[in-house]
Amino acid sequence: MSEFTEKFDATGLNCPLPILRSKKVLSSMNSGDVLYVIATDSGSVKDFDAFCKQTGNELLDSSEADGKYHYYIKKA
Amino acid sequence: MSEKKLALIATKGTLDWAYPPFILASTAAAIGYEVQIFFTFYGLQLLKKDMNLKVSPLGNPGMPMPMGMDKWFPTIGTAIPGMEAMMSSMMKSKMKSKGVASVAELRELCQEADVKLIACQMTVDLFDMQPSEFIDGIDYAGAATFFEFAGESDVNLFI
Repeated sequence: MSEFTEKFDATGLNCPLPILRSKKVLSSMNSGDVLYVIATDSGSVKDFDAFCKQTGNELLDSSEADGKYHYYIKKA
Repeated sequence: MSEKKLALIATKGTLDWAYPPFILASTAAAIGYEVQIFFTFYGLQLLKKDMNLKVSPLGNPGMPMPMGMDKWFPTIGTAIPGMEAMMSSMMKSKMKSKGVASVAELRELCQEADVKLIACQMTVDLFDMQPSEFIDGIDYAGAATFFEFAGESDVNLFI
């Protein structure tokens, strides 16, 4: 994954801030845009999955590397 | 997706118990729920402009204490003067270092997301509290008002 419209760095933030702040950024974006989120909260893996399932936004990719979690979310 | 509804009752006014209602409400709102929180009794502290919330080790054997104090420190010791203030400030700094949001921040996020905050009028009167002590943008109502929303909610929690 590399293409994205906006990037949000949630490094250091703990539950539920990565979700809440990402949601805020998504609100300012257009349908079809892709938000790239970087987080360090290990609980965010399941949370971003659940968030996307419930909001209709599409989780294009979710991965982990060197203790950081990367999410690509396509806005519904 | 039809809008779901979450109704919460917040009854506690300590630092630790301030988190569940505001975390659940703000997250539910982010997912698309319509949310109301009804604050009653000590929960009203969570609507104060100046919250100054505390957490107490007294009568709280589940609370982890620094340096393994919860293992060897006598229970009666949790009642010594200054203990509550010390634990509260330690808890706040620990939360900050772990990237946990402050209660005020979560409350603001709730208000931004149009979470409806309702103060129990009866308890406000009971404790002789003044509307000027509370943040702006809240409602004052009673149990019947809570049920108007709770009765058609998908999730109802008493905290």
